[in-house]
Amino acid sequence: MSTLTAPQTIVGSFTAEAFAAQLAKQKSAPAWWLDRKRAAYEKFVSLPLPKRTDESWRFSNITTLTLDGFNVGGRAGISTEAPFGPAHLAFANNTLTSRTPLVADLVGRGVIVTTLAEAAEKHTELLKAHFMAQPQKQGSEKFAALHTAFVADGAFVYVPRGVEAGAPIVITHSAAGAGAAVFPHTLVVAEENSKVTVVDYFVSADSAAHFACGANDLYAGHGAQLTYVAAQNWSRETLSFQFNSTVVRRDARVQSLNLHLGSRQARHESLSQLAAPGAFSEMLALTVTEGAQEFDQRTLQIHQAPNTKSDLLYKNALRDTAKTIFSGLIVVDPDAQKTDAYQSNRNLMLSDAAEAQSLPGLEIQANDVRCTHGATSSRIDPEQEFYLQSRGIRQAMADELLTFGFFEEVLNRLASEPLHDALRELIKTKFKK
Amino acid sequence: MSQPPESGTLETTTENPVVGIDQTKGDFQYKMDYEFDAGTGLNENTVRYISSVKKEAPWILDFRLKALKTFLEKPMPTHWATKDLENINFDKIRYYLASGQKPKRTWDEVPDDIKKTFERLGIPEQERKFLAGVEAQFDSEAAYSNIKDLVAKQGVIFANSTEALREHPEIFRKFFGKVIPTGDNKFSALNSAVFSGGSFIYVPPGVKVAQPLQAYFRINAENFGQFERTLIIADEGSEVVYMEGCTAPKFSTSTLHSAVVELVALKGAKIQYITVQNWANNVFNLVTKRGVAHEEAEIKWIDCNIGSRLTMKYPGVVLKGRKARGEVISIALANDGQHQDTGAKMIHAADETTSNIVAKSISVGQGRSTYRGLVHIPKNLKGCKNNTECDALLINTNSRTDTYPAITVRGDRNATQHEASVSKVNEEMIFYMQQRGLTEGQAMSLAVNGFINDLARQFPMEYSVELKRLIDLEMEGSVG
Repeated sequence: MSTLTAPQTIVGSFTAEAFAAQLAKQKSAPAWWLDRKRAAYEKFVSLPLPKRTDESWRFSNITTLTLDGFNVGGRAGISTEAPFGPAHLAFANNTLTSRTPLVADLVGRGVIVTTLAEAAEKHTELLKAHFMAQPQKQGSEKFAALHTAFVADGAFVYVPRGVEAGAPIVITHSAAGAGAAVFPHTLVVAEENSKVTVVDYFVSADSAAHFACGANDLYAGHGAQLTYVAAQNWSRETLSFQFNSTVVRRDARVQSLNLHLGSRQARHESLSQLAAPGAFSEMLALTVTEGAQEFDQRTLQIHQAPNTKSDLLYKNALRDTAKTIFSGLIVVDPDAQKTDAYQSNRNLMLSDAAEAQSLPGLEIQANDVRCTHGATSSRIDPEQEFYLQSRGIRQAMADELLTFGFFEEVLNRLASEPLHDALRELIKTKFKK
Repeated sequence: MSQPPESGTLETTTENPVVGIDQTKGDFQYKMDYEFDAGTGLNENTVRYISSVKKEAPWILDFRLKALKTFLEKPMPTHWATKDLENINFDKIRYYLASGQKPKRTWDEVPDDIKKTFERLGIPEQERKFLAGVEAQFDSEAAYSNIKDLVAKQGVIFANSTEALREHPEIFRKFFGKVIPTGDNKFSALNSAVFSGGSFIYVPPGVKVAQPLQAYFRINAENFGQFERTLIIADEGSEVVYMEGCTAPKFSTSTLHSAVVELVALKGAKIQYITVQNWANNVFNLVTKRGVAHEEAEIKWIDCNIGSRLTMKYPGVVLKGRKARGEVISIALANDGQHQDTGAKMIHAADETTSNIVAKSISVGQGRSTYRGLVHIPKNLKGCKNNTECDALLINTNSRTDTYPAITVRGDRNATQHEASVSKVNEEMIFYMQQRGLTEGQAMSLAVNGFINDLARQFPMEYSVELKRLIDLEMEGSVG
């Protein structure tokens, strides 16, 4: 039996012509940047779409992953929604539409908040070292290559040694118009002993179907403290991918919180590399579902050095017929003794038709470690439920109260009160119908 | 340190280059005169040969031939499982071989060779008497059986697969291959094509079998795969405990063991299935075990894996009737050159079903232990509960452990919880014991036994004694 078939190249709307047109717009970009994009496009073309038997796509709906019907570089409609306050950089359909300058004091101390396009010219070495520089091995290699090939612009945040950047740096990325394909990117480099908070907000300007394929690169140098918050609120028809890569150096600390609200199908891959002793990565996520949404979260915590710590807590509130997948893996390399790793996925089942998949994994190759993980899925305590009902609280209201009660533990880990409030407001919108 | 390799152990020693570990323990092999031998390799003729030797009914031959086709069609599951599976050379394996002996009645009639093997296992005289109820499978066919008569008085049928299918098709055919369909996986298909030996048990309604039914399985010919088939049916309200223990001589080339075990617990019945697996370090042990628990029935797997090169085994329970209960207690010990890929599956298919999984693994030297689990609660069910706990103990700096659970919950009227932890032996504890005159090895052995103590206690007495002895053996030379 001959099952040999020609290797299928599936590119959908992201054809060679579309790629060439996109490259042509980046006339001033340096050659190395364009070379990288060409190589990425070739990789994108050569890789197959995920298959049902791919372990990294277990339980995901593969049939609804499509690359067709999208367009790159449509005219930008601007979303005016600003739950996190005015944006330092606002992108709409891959183009910078507005910017709020940094306070002069920070500029004077060397803090840079600019576009990737500008950074490619002015901060070449930093960009070369950190832009999509980490391994992609969580299943979305094809989509990550697509991102690198088509990313037109994005945010570049640089905080020099010893500088504290103060108030959160806010970046918004919006998509507008039917079929708009966007490739948001945020790159944060926090140098030795610096401190910075960056917020990414992803939003659709309309309710049309978009294609979002974004990435963020976070780098925390020795002793740096980096807080990163991403709120994903694409339209309900959007197919979205987001790839996070975090590198934590000696005694540095990264805290990231991802809020997932939008999209019809959203895949989020997160990689934390604890690269040197004393590194700590705190990975948090909150998801509220509605309708038939699918949220697919894949995480990887790699302990590469001794005495490193990671703490993951992903909470999902499941309503309607939605589905969540949490697939996490803690990897402890052979030399990473004294690792302290934690991974927890909690699912609050608020509907009889919702579905929660939980795959908390461990791969441990060092013996002197403390690694634990846990996963729970259940409705709330019947007593609490009875309490609410006996006070005549409507189901929808009860769900909202329960969700906030359930999320509080995660939200409270954020030091910034205004950020905490902004996230609460966003979550509330999900319950307004 | 390491003793000079004896003849025939050279290859194993190179595979496990770590010094200080006795690579020869369990090395024993006796010459046998095999009256029936299907030769090496697998094709339709092998299957027809096995079926004709066993004088099987035509439907069984059909079943085998269909299974062979499925086996050949199915790919190796290496997209999730270890690539080590690719090292199995199916053409070099002997698929059937029987001693040609009729099952024996009393201890005196058991051939001396077999008795010698038991002796090498270190089973004490008294225990051997206790084990007089053993259905000892020597290679493919049952070589010894006498508990049969005893339980027959209660109406219990306890036979090997060939006998049972020939003499009681009306009882066994209905359930045979139904809990684990041929196409369940590549190795269940392989077993379905070439199975021989194993135990078929039927317990009539309301009968509580007083003593555990036991069977020792052995492999004793180079390159010989053993494919036993077990089917236990506990009729309404009955209770039975079944135990199997495996040890095997060590061979210089790989050996394959691929069993299928099916359990059916009808309304209110209870089945407990206990395994102590200690194959030699070159055996691929790829076993499919699953039970169906009907209304208010209970199935409990107690599974202990110490031997083999690679074990892949995930005992499962399909909770088919309301209030059915499933439990898996799993202990795995992986030493140098070993990979224990074990776990459990719980498929909830009715309201108010509950399941519990407790898995403990110990990785020694370069050993690797993996927990793989599946818990499935589909929608429209209510009141289902699962609890899963996995604990791993790593002895040496280069030991490895993995945990890969998959938990599916649909709907809001069920609850699952999963917890896992990884730790090492407490240094203070070891120091304390050494202060009191124990060697480091003894202290380590005590600590490991303590780690699994709460699970080991669930084993019947003689098994927990044997288990402790096996752990002591494994811990010898693991430190220092």
